[in-house]
Amino acid sequence: MWERIFVILRKEFIQALREPRMRVLLFVPPILQLIVFGFAVNLDVDHARIAWMDMDRTPQSRSLRDRFTGSGRFDIVSAPGSEEDVQRTLDRGEAEAVVRILPGFARDTARGRETEVQVLIDGTNSNTASLVSSYAASIIAEYSVEVLERQQRIKLLARSPGSPVSMSVPQVTARSRVWFNPDLYSRNYFVPGVIANIIMLVTLMLTALGIVREKEIGTMEQLMVTPVRPMELMLGKTLPFAVVGLLDVVLITVVAFLVFHIPLHGSFLLLLFCAVLYLMTTLGAGLFLSTISHTQQQAMMASFFFSTPAFMLSGFAFPIRNMPVAVQYLTYLNPVRYFIEIVRGIFLKGAGVDVLWPQMAALAAYGIAVVSLSAMRFHKKLD
Amino acid sequence: MNSVEIQDIVKTFGSFVAVDHVSLAVAKGEIFGFLGPNGAGKSTTIRVLCGLLTPTSGRASVNGFDVARQPEEIRRTIGYMSQKFSLYDDLTVEENIDFFTGIYGVPREKRAERKRYVLEMANLTERRNALTRTLSGGWKQRLALGCAILHDPPVLFLDEPTSGVDPLARGAFWALIHDLSETGHTIFVSTHYMDEAEYCHRLALMYRGKVIALGTPAELKAGLTAHSLLNLDSSDPLDTMRALEGLAGVLDVAVFGGGLHVTVDDVDATSARVRQRLAAQGIKVRKLEQIEPSMEDVFVALIEAEERKAA
Ligand SMILES: Nc1ncnc2c1ncn2[C@@H]1O[C@H](COP(=O)(O)OP(=O)(O)OP(=O)(O)O)[C@@H](O)[C@H]1O
Ligand SMILES: [Mg+2]
Repeated sequence: MWERIFVILRKEFIQALREPRMRVLLFVPPILQLIVFGFAVNLDVDHARIAWMDMDRTPQSRSLRDRFTGSGRFDIVSAPGSEEDVQRTLDRGEAEAVVRILPGFARDTARGRETEVQVLIDGTNSNTASLVSSYAASIIAEYSVEVLERQQRIKLLARSPGSPVSMSVPQVTARSRVWFNPDLYSRNYFVPGVIANIIMLVTLMLTALGIVREKEIGTMEQLMVTPVRPMELMLGKTLPFAVVGLLDVVLITVVAFLVFHIPLHGSFLLLLFCAVLYLMTTLGAGLFLSTISHTQQQAMMASFFFSTPAFMLSGFAFPIRNMPVAVQYLTYLNPVRYFIEIVRGIFLKGAGVDVLWPQMAALAAYGIAVVSLSAMRFHKKLD
Repeated sequence: MNSVEIQDIVKTFGSFVAVDHVSLAVAKGEIFGFLGPNGAGKSTTIRVLCGLLTPTSGRASVNGFDVARQPEEIRRTIGYMSQKFSLYDDLTVEENIDFFTGIYGVPREKRAERKRYVLEMANLTERRNALTRTLSGGWKQRLALGCAILHDPPVLFLDEPTSGVDPLARGAFWALIHDLSETGHTIFVSTHYMDEAEYCHRLALMYRGKVIALGTPAELKAGLTAHSLLNLDSSDPLDTMRALEGLAGVLDVAVFGGGLHVTVDDVDATSARVRQRLAAQGIKVRKLEQIEPSMEDVFVALIEAEERKAA
């Protein structure tokens, strides 16, 4: 049994290393995705332009202003004097937000009264808006804690073109986000997610293509007339990609650490173990696709058909909590979702098995189900 | 015990009957030729025998194992060369051999010897490190045969092993088949080269899913001896065919190479009538002589008889 698996493995590696296209397929996508999500897709808000409307003009209001400029997050681009100026600044997109300090700010804070700092945000780009809002909220919160040592109410006005809407930002939210991703770098959020993506890309598609290719060129028919067992054939055809998938995990982790300085708070071994669970689901899905496709083109289409929604509904790029409720339930069927949660949990929060076990159990159940399903469909028969 | 026994096998794909109540038996050590035009059902029959397709009805056994119930036992005791070349193009000759040696589970102590035997048999010892895709058709087929016999199976199924191979290489390939048969291997081989039929011990002619003739090459030819065959070379074969239509004593006219083969019942009388008719129509006869029927003549006659029956 192991002898046959070894023979198939050896053949797969010889073929993969001899085929230039294969080498490219194995190593270029991980690197490309790392570059894209590490450098190019920069969703961080640095130097957001804000307008500063100081109606108090006191040392206290200037001190708050210094905190904004000193954070490196904000550049003050104008100082509107009137409501019309505020309106114009936002309408023309000259600033992403307007911070307005009302008259009596210093006096009220000194007396310990509830004080309000208004932040009017251009909501056109919801991502920027929410980042600006949370940066501003955290600066104001720090200020209020430090200077007033008393709870403050902050009023944020999220303003889409139209009328300003008032909302209160509970400090806890700002704090909890700051806790896990202190710099709120989207890179920290994205790069670990790339692991999930790459594994799916490499394993799902290549497994399906590898098997269907043998069907197409006829070697599968030849293999079926040998004593090889379906299980040996399945393992022999999938293990190489499992190895490649795990190598990609190591590669991405090292690059994330050394190039992007993303800390790995949790256990690397746990990450590898969870990657194995995840690999079972993607390899199993690849096997399954190979049993329903007759040509490489069909296999390719089927993998896109599977991986695109899996990617969209994984929470990798689009937060699941922003999806319609029905779709949110749908994401529970998606193995990628669980692995993204695991990867982020391990990287950013240092989470362990005690926290991640539900996701791990879900992946294991998924993997066993899909592998058995494809094993049942994997026959040594042509009809 | 017969190596292969088929009893009333039927294989349908949807409503299409690809193999239609076929029965035959192949003895140990026999070279059994399976002939027939495209789509006759040769490959389908072979796939049923290899356990790749489940017969719709009927029974078949190979080496005493039932194809429907014991396909794994069959796979250990047969070698199969599919119609499509199915070795790995991107592996070298030696890598292909090593791969299939491992897959067949050839005992470790026999490996070196089997490999040497196969390399020598296929005459590939010097090209053992060549990529398989760089080999020409004849070499590839010999390597494929070699890889199919690594585990020294008593029965071999070869599906059109010589298609697309030049005549010289085909001759060499058939010499290998004969060597194998002499060492007791049973060979079930399909082809649509009629001249290759002569190399077989026994033949089955398949047509539209049915076996329409079964016997040794001599027996099949003898079936035609009620009639004689004339080779007719004339200035215009098409006009000749039209001219001979309905002529008394002419049973059949078939295009053969550049000329015509005319089946007659009485050589002398009909020859005279043919010359007369053609002369009357201004067609020049370059050659008209009696010939030994070839396998192809036999098959053309059999298939035409079959079509007349159907019509
Ligand atoms: N899997 C299948 N599904 C449907 N029809 C099939 C299938 N396999 C074969 N056929 C049909 O069955 C018939 C017999 O095919 P088969 O391949 O056995 O013929 P063959 O005698 O080997 O011909 P050739 O000389 O072209 O190889 C053909 O008409 C073919 O189209
Ligand atoms: Mg065929």
